[in-house]
Amino acid sequence: MKLATRIFVALMVASLVLAACAPAAQQEKKFLVGQVTDMGGIDDKSFNASAYAGILQAVSELGIEGKVAESEAQADYVKNIQQYLDEDADLIVTVGFLLGVDTAAAAKANPDTNFAIVDYGFPDCWPGAEVGKDCGSDTDIPNVRGLGFQTDQAAFMAGYLAAGMTKTGKVATYGGIPIPTVTIFMKGFEAGVKYYNQQKGTNVEVLGWNTAAGDGAFTGNFESTDDGRNFATNFVQEGADIILPVAGPVGLGSAAYCQETGSCLIIGVDADWFDTAPQYRSVLLTSVLKKIDVAVFDTIKDAMAGEFTSGNVNYTIADGGVDIAPFHDLDGQVSAEMKAELETIKQALIDGSLTVDGVLGQ
Amino acid sequence: MSEKNQQQPAKKGWLRQAREAALVPALAVFTGLLIGAIVIVVSDADVIAAYGNFFSNPLHAIGLTFSTVATAYGALFIGSFGSFDRLVEGLGIYFSTGETRQLLRAIYPLTESLVSSTPYILTGLSVAIGFRAGLFNIGAEGQFFIGALCSAYVGYSISGLPAFIHLPLALLAGAAGGAVWGAIPGYLKARFGAHEVVNTIMMNWIAFRLSDWLLTGPMQASGFRPVTPNVAISAELPRFFSDPIRLNWGFILSLAIAGLVYWLLFKTTIGFELRSVGNNPDGAKYAGMSITRNIVLVMTLAGALAGLAGTVQVLGVDRWVGQGFSAGYGFDSIALALLGKSHPLGVVLAALLFGFLRSGAARMQSMADIPIDIISVIQGLVIIFVAAPAIIRRIYRLKEKAADEESTVLTRGWGR
Repeated sequence: MKLATRIFVALMVASLVLAACAPAAQQEKKFLVGQVTDMGGIDDKSFNASAYAGILQAVSELGIEGKVAESEAQADYVKNIQQYLDEDADLIVTVGFLLGVDTAAAAKANPDTNFAIVDYGFPDCWPGAEVGKDCGSDTDIPNVRGLGFQTDQAAFMAGYLAAGMTKTGKVATYGGIPIPTVTIFMKGFEAGVKYYNQQKGTNVEVLGWNTAAGDGAFTGNFESTDDGRNFATNFVQEGADIILPVAGPVGLGSAAYCQETGSCLIIGVDADWFDTAPQYRSVLLTSVLKKIDVAVFDTIKDAMAGEFTSGNVNYTIADGGVDIAPFHDLDGQVSAEMKAELETIKQALIDGSLTVDGVLGQ
Repeated sequence: MSEKNQQQPAKKGWLRQAREAALVPALAVFTGLLIGAIVIVVSDADVIAAYGNFFSNPLHAIGLTFSTVATAYGALFIGSFGSFDRLVEGLGIYFSTGETRQLLRAIYPLTESLVSSTPYILTGLSVAIGFRAGLFNIGAEGQFFIGALCSAYVGYSISGLPAFIHLPLALLAGAAGGAVWGAIPGYLKARFGAHEVVNTIMMNWIAFRLSDWLLTGPMQASGFRPVTPNVAISAELPRFFSDPIRLNWGFILSLAIAGLVYWLLFKTTIGFELRSVGNNPDGAKYAGMSITRNIVLVMTLAGALAGLAGTVQVLGVDRWVGQGFSAGYGFDSIALALLGKSHPLGVVLAALLFGFLRSGAARMQSMADIPIDIISVIQGLVIIFVAAPAIIRRIYRLKEKAADEESTVLTRGWGR
């Protein structure tokens, strides 16, 4: 007992002394960028990870100081934003629509700090919505940049490719939750298939999404890989052989099913799954890329140069902010003709002669 | 809170008793932090690199080791309590100019820690009361969600009521929702002998999927976000300070409820019956106590407490419920009930510890680049040491536990 008490006291004193010395090392202040993730966390292999990749790139290329605060519950959003305000961050990057209202409130209360929010933009209010409760702001906020992505353009190409590659005449897609940033993929995918049918006189069907009805298949979460497996099983039973899962890590369950059964191919989303999910390379047709890292890096660069602009920046296929990934291991299965057609489509999307809404409207 | 004085015949003096009761948990926390420090060190690439050149520059390696740990725990400390310098500065400004902004900024970390502790206190009590009756309530997480959803519904769907009616109504709705969610596995256990561990886990999944559905359908706010509308102002638990400080009456409420649970467990016949059933169900039955009634009762109470935790979180902090509403409070609460030895006072202290660790971790993450997950590692270590006190006794060479000390029966085996 006595010995234990002595050890205990000695260690406590030592740790207190050490803790007291800690903040002594202060260096000159670098340009500080802080990212606040949503609940997916920094290793979600999706938009949180992608945004952080942009910050890391800025750390190595621009010499900034980059930090990240993970949110484990919705109560953490405000706390984590506050944390960076407290550290006098120069730019705070928040990720995802769930942080929209809190980001707007913090930005309005701290007009001297710049903010960027991924997959969101202001004004975000709709008629009848109450500012600060339902939505963040009914006007542009001078110190917030919204980063949007025209992912339907890239998904359009993926849809065209899938329609050309299917052997059963059916392709499928599903989402996590029916929110615009998810359904835009499914919409573009459907449009791409429809365009293929128009061009080739085929009748390829899309399971899991119908823009006209505004309805589709959703797992209801962004977590359960079991759901991904089940959805893939059902789609394959209904005759589909290519699947585009728009549900973050849920899609990995579908990829696992395709790999085990050899009955389907997968189209990845957000990042190139060839790199982020290398175990499923054998069934990966391509990925619909959403280059959040590029958008975040650009924003940091602008803010550092004093050229930060508010409003919403929409990344499109024209500026390379969205695209489809190379075919990698399945490159041999994609015909040269298909590759040429995809290149033509890409050019048409860039020059505006072909639009997703245009195809769907016909 | 003057509940340290236990009602057991005071053989030793309550101060000494309390100290002995707290010794193992305190050493467990300390050892957990110590091993956590080792984890921090070995996961730091710079330190590892320095040890690669240990023999050419040993002082550098050792110095870097200590400074890494000091930076991490220093940030953890400042993140959970606030910086002393800032407090002094804030007080100075307050007294000289009456300006409170700096002062509020200085106390913000402390208030945030108390905010984080609040749901831990209530979910901890929920699990603890189950332990006292020999039941393992793993369903606190689900009860937390159901409580939150029920109170949010009452909070946003009714308008025009004065706060003194609306707020209690919302609180009651949350507690009632949780109580129902706890009572179901309680009834299944008492009536059919279905094990509560299995059933509360299943009830968790039902709660999660039910909330997924409610948030994307019936309870979804206008707009596309899968969240409930904000509760009306009349249903909000008032906050003590202006934004961004979120400390609210929920904290006081949870302390009061801890006192109430203490009173119920140790000062009433109901509490005596609950504890008797936990300690020795056969004996309790022989003494004429109804096992069935007590099992259902304790699970209902446990559910109500966890439901109230969710309620306080919605009405006091978040004001709306989304899919990531909980940071796993219900699961962490199992650990902190163990750490608090299922005693309300112990639970409050353990909840404060967890709340301060969680809250400080945000700053540690951003200041020292230590992943927030290290806190889970430390929590896990603490639990191992609390669950196996022999390890701690061996490390610190403590005397063996006296045989006459009260020991808490945690759970009974299967099929009872």
